[in-house]
Amino acid sequence: MTFLGLMIPLLPLMGFLVNGLLGKFLPKGSTGWIGSLSVLASFVCVLLLFKDLGAAQAISIDVFNWISFGHIDISFGLWIDSLTMIMLMVVTGVGFLIHLYSIGYMHGDHGFTRFFTYLNLFIFFMLLLVMGSNYLMMFIGWEGVGLCSYLLIGFWFKNEAYNDAAQKAFVMNRIGDLGFLMGMFFILFHFGTLDIQAVEGLATGLSADSTLLIGITLLLFVGAIGKSAQLPLYTWLPDAMAGPTPVSALIHAATMVTAGIYMVVRSNVLFAMAPTTLTVILWIGVATSVFAAVIGLKQNDIKKVLAYSTVSQLGLMFAALGLGAFSSGIFHLVTHAFFKALLFLGAGSVIHALHGEQDIRNMGGLKKLIPVTYLTFILAALAISGFPLLSGFFSKDEILAHAFEQDKVVWTILFISSLLTAFYMFRLVFLTFFNNFRGTEETKHHIHESPWTMTLPLIILCVLSVIGGLIGLPAVFHVSHLLDTYLSAVTEPSASLLHHGEKLSHSLEIGLMTLAGLAAIGVILYARRKYITLKAMPEADSAITGLPKLIYHKFYVDEIYESWIVKPVFKMSEWFGTFFDKQVVDRLVNATADVMDSGGKSLRLFQTGNTGFYVFAMVIGMVVLFIIRLLI
Amino acid sequence: MMTILLLFFPLIASLAVLLGGSKLAAKLALGLAVVELAITGYVVSVFQASGPEAFYVFHSWIESPKVSFHLGLDGLSLIMVLLTNFLTPIIILSAFNRNTPHAAGYFSLILLMQFALVGVFTAMDGLLYYIFWELALIPIYFIALRWGGENRVAITLKFFIYTLAGSLLMLFGFIMLYWYNPDQSFDIRELYRIYITDGNQSWLFWMFFLAFAIKIPIVPFHTWQADTYRESPTQGTMLLSGIMLKMGTYSLIRWLLPILPVGVATWGPLAITLCVVGIVYASIIAIKQRNLKNLLAYSSLAHVGLIAAGIFALNIQGLQGSVVQMVAHGVNVVGLFFCADIIFNRTNTNETNELGGIRNLAPQFTTMFMIIVLGSVALPLTNGFIGEFLLLYGVYEYNTWLSVFAGLTIILGAVYMLRMFKKVMLGETGIRVPEFPDLYWNEKLALSMLVIVIIAMGIYPQPIMDMAEPVLQTILNKTVI
Amino acid sequence: MEQAAHLVPLNWYLFLSTFLFCIGVMGVLFRRNAIIILMCIELMLNSVNLLLVAFSAYSGNSDGQVFVFFIMVVAAAEVAVGLALLISIYRNIGSTDIDVLNKLKW
Repeated sequence: MTFLGLMIPLLPLMGFLVNGLLGKFLPKGSTGWIGSLSVLASFVCVLLLFKDLGAAQAISIDVFNWISFGHIDISFGLWIDSLTMIMLMVVTGVGFLIHLYSIGYMHGDHGFTRFFTYLNLFIFFMLLLVMGSNYLMMFIGWEGVGLCSYLLIGFWFKNEAYNDAAQKAFVMNRIGDLGFLMGMFFILFHFGTLDIQAVEGLATGLSADSTLLIGITLLLFVGAIGKSAQLPLYTWLPDAMAGPTPVSALIHAATMVTAGIYMVVRSNVLFAMAPTTLTVILWIGVATSVFAAVIGLKQNDIKKVLAYSTVSQLGLMFAALGLGAFSSGIFHLVTHAFFKALLFLGAGSVIHALHGEQDIRNMGGLKKLIPVTYLTFILAALAISGFPLLSGFFSKDEILAHAFEQDKVVWTILFISSLLTAFYMFRLVFLTFFNNFRGTEETKHHIHESPWTMTLPLIILCVLSVIGGLIGLPAVFHVSHLLDTYLSAVTEPSASLLHHGEKLSHSLEIGLMTLAGLAAIGVILYARRKYITLKAMPEADSAITGLPKLIYHKFYVDEIYESWIVKPVFKMSEWFGTFFDKQVVDRLVNATADVMDSGGKSLRLFQTGNTGFYVFAMVIGMVVLFIIRLLI
Repeated sequence: MMTILLLFFPLIASLAVLLGGSKLAAKLALGLAVVELAITGYVVSVFQASGPEAFYVFHSWIESPKVSFHLGLDGLSLIMVLLTNFLTPIIILSAFNRNTPHAAGYFSLILLMQFALVGVFTAMDGLLYYIFWELALIPIYFIALRWGGENRVAITLKFFIYTLAGSLLMLFGFIMLYWYNPDQSFDIRELYRIYITDGNQSWLFWMFFLAFAIKIPIVPFHTWQADTYRESPTQGTMLLSGIMLKMGTYSLIRWLLPILPVGVATWGPLAITLCVVGIVYASIIAIKQRNLKNLLAYSSLAHVGLIAAGIFALNIQGLQGSVVQMVAHGVNVVGLFFCADIIFNRTNTNETNELGGIRNLAPQFTTMFMIIVLGSVALPLTNGFIGEFLLLYGVYEYNTWLSVFAGLTIILGAVYMLRMFKKVMLGETGIRVPEFPDLYWNEKLALSMLVIVIIAMGIYPQPIMDMAEPVLQTILNKTVI
Repeated sequence: MEQAAHLVPLNWYLFLSTFLFCIGVMGVLFRRNAIIILMCIELMLNSVNLLLVAFSAYSGNSDGQVFVFFIMVVAAAEVAVGLALLISIYRNIGSTDIDVLNKLKW
């Protein structure tokens, strides 16, 4: 089993090295298969391991002793338990599908090999992140995926705007990383170890909600805010849509952005012992969820809508964590990975068919022209909107049920957020696929369905989005919640520390589910009426005014950051560099030289050359010496 | 015996290159530097087996004042010597294919500098150490003066006098220490033992600290640095930033901390605050620099600020971190300035406004450059990360808020480095930079060596830390009262 | 003999010597002719000689008188060199006025 455990991250790493170092010499197109198959092999290892590893078991692999100083040892170690297994399956499984899709999507691109090299490296780092046995290992993965995100967002590096987006993502991630780093320091100092299992064990010895625990958990959460694009560090995610669509699907939907969720669930004992932090997480999640959903209502770029949707869904996941429903958060993470990746890949298929068009105002009528894409896309949209019995329905409702138990206000806001989600998703679907095509005839002529390498992943993900809910059927259906049971070994330690509200009665729970389901259908029908029957169209950019304009411009958050943070720092840089450093600090240094200089200039005047004066000076000197001698 | 060979071989090499003539100079210098590296490698292997006692050299040199020729190679010194002897062949390698005028003198001076640097790191007698410290200044002065950029004369003079002024203070300090010692000796073991009153410790602290602060440099004693780095020829800048400034940080650990513990306890807080302020100050300035070499100079200033802060944090991870980061920074900064040199060689400019789109034209160069930049930005699995992690943790243990402030370097570092990379390498190809031949053989070899070290150190830094641990622990015990 | 030596009070020698020395100093400061300056320097040296002999005679210690010989030798050498320099200067500039010699300045 150790062998399998080691192979899981090593296979993508080997794929990276082969593609990176030997890519030039390999036949064109084969690098895509090398990249994809290495991830597939990794997925196979995961499945083999899943077969053997029991739900309550865990493997610990200590590869070597990495850093030792003083009394502290940090090892390069891996830890695989049930939570890890879930993440591994998502990362390698969905990862493989996206690799396969990329073979078709990136076909003919100049940087084809480079793309797969970076993707494999990303998978490697993501695996390190979820398999790390201590926080420093997690941090390697944490920063590593940030690097790959940077490389992949800026993949088409000839475009200045894309490079800016990549840089923004990396820097914003780094802001979060500083918080994570500080959290690690606190842990290391107070617990003497960074090993996650050890820390969780030691944490129970402290008093609940102590300042130390709140500090640690808040700092770790700051890292999560950056990585998982929550308020206020979310603006990089919509900009990250500059990258190729498979990147958006893999990194900015299914895996990297979920790292924050994973981290919190992994440290569930720590967070459960700091209820204050959980409240903070809850409210940030709730706020993000609804804020991003509102922005999504008015976006016209197909990928931007999905980006804000991702931010909003992540907010929902964090809300779940804030409520103490850790396995619910993971459940939604898994289902979201399925349907969001599918949505992005579908969007990619649309963009591919339309040769680069991304504005939904120029789309329409694609239903008949790219049927597979359409079918999978609309099923994914139904899933995310919480259409009854699809995967999203179950995962979302589980979170809403927990919300209803603890805080009705939270439930209301999240419910509204769900309705908004359904609305903007179907606004997107109807404008993209229904009515008549609004683009040029030229483009219409070239529309064709994507190759099998692209449609097969779509179909697989579609199936998963539909039946994915089976792993988390609620108790009211009188079946066991598979995911809950599987993760119980991980969530058990914290369960006793959390206060849950009154458990909902079965009838109330079914009532809520029905309400949610009917509301979702209602919103979808409303959107249908608006966009299909009434053929409403979003306005051109120049025509938007008032509140819609505010929403369309994302509440000007980017502009605020630009003028309040970025510009002042740049101004400071200019001022320090040109004025302060040169005129003030350097002046002081040069002043010493100038003092010497002017001193010398004055002193040299003594050398008059006049012999009489010199003799006079000698006499004065003698007299002075005499007097001194007399006085002392 | 090995120590003396290790020390004097570069001197002999320097003479040989000088006499060998300009045609042979580069190859001869490289060959001899590689031999020195091989000797160092051998010494390291012996060291692992037998420890520092095998490398102890002691001869009575001068009777009155009592100066001995005392050399020693313990873990810390050996790491620094290894760094010097590893970087020198790479520095020489970087000068190939560049048509240096008067090559014999140039390479001879580089090897002379190596001699002085090894001397500084191995000297265990105060005055001997001071002699080597001053000696190191002479070759770099001539290198910068003769082969430097347009404004080099005034800037080099300023650098020379500024550094010399600090060194003079250190000489006063040593003489004061000499008189303090009832046995009256400069030997380091004696210096570790003597008792100095608290008041005098403060004076002595400032004398030594100013000398080192100017050398490292620590803000606000840094104003010579950016200009000198910019105007020096590339090899000069590499020597300055890669190794010479490590003289300052090494000396903080070896000569300042253990001899003046009360002084360090009194003035340490001020020193560490200066260092941390310097980190953020330098990082902010680096953001808007338009000259590539200036940007790298300020970046270097920020990194060494962190090293110095870690030393003054007075805990084992701070000291370990500073040792690791000294090596890491040496490697990274040599790499960065080499890349700047390659860019200048192809495009004849260092202004980022005039560069862009190089990535497509030179993929190998881009990859190497990117890895070095990542090392500088402290991405995990590169050498920079280990150093920064340990240093920030060290500063954290000293004071939480200082470490938050110092931690801004990871954000600001990403900002200016990536911004620079974006301006210089990315963007539309062929507009500003029409052509860019990819790496020549010497550049490829040198950069590959550096990249290998960056990644290897990132994955397995423990050998370096193990080598330094005993010495650092001893020094820490002497320092922390 | 000692009785005779003590006839003239020591103070008188002191005053005379100081007086001669001051005349010499003033001559060096105020006179412009180089030869006069050299003579004044001689006067200063001889005043010191006088004082040394006086003290030596009064205390019975012959060290002072021995030292006078040293001073006389030095004075002679110095005059020789000084006059040689003076002649060389006169031959080049045509004057013995020291105010003319002001080229060695900043």
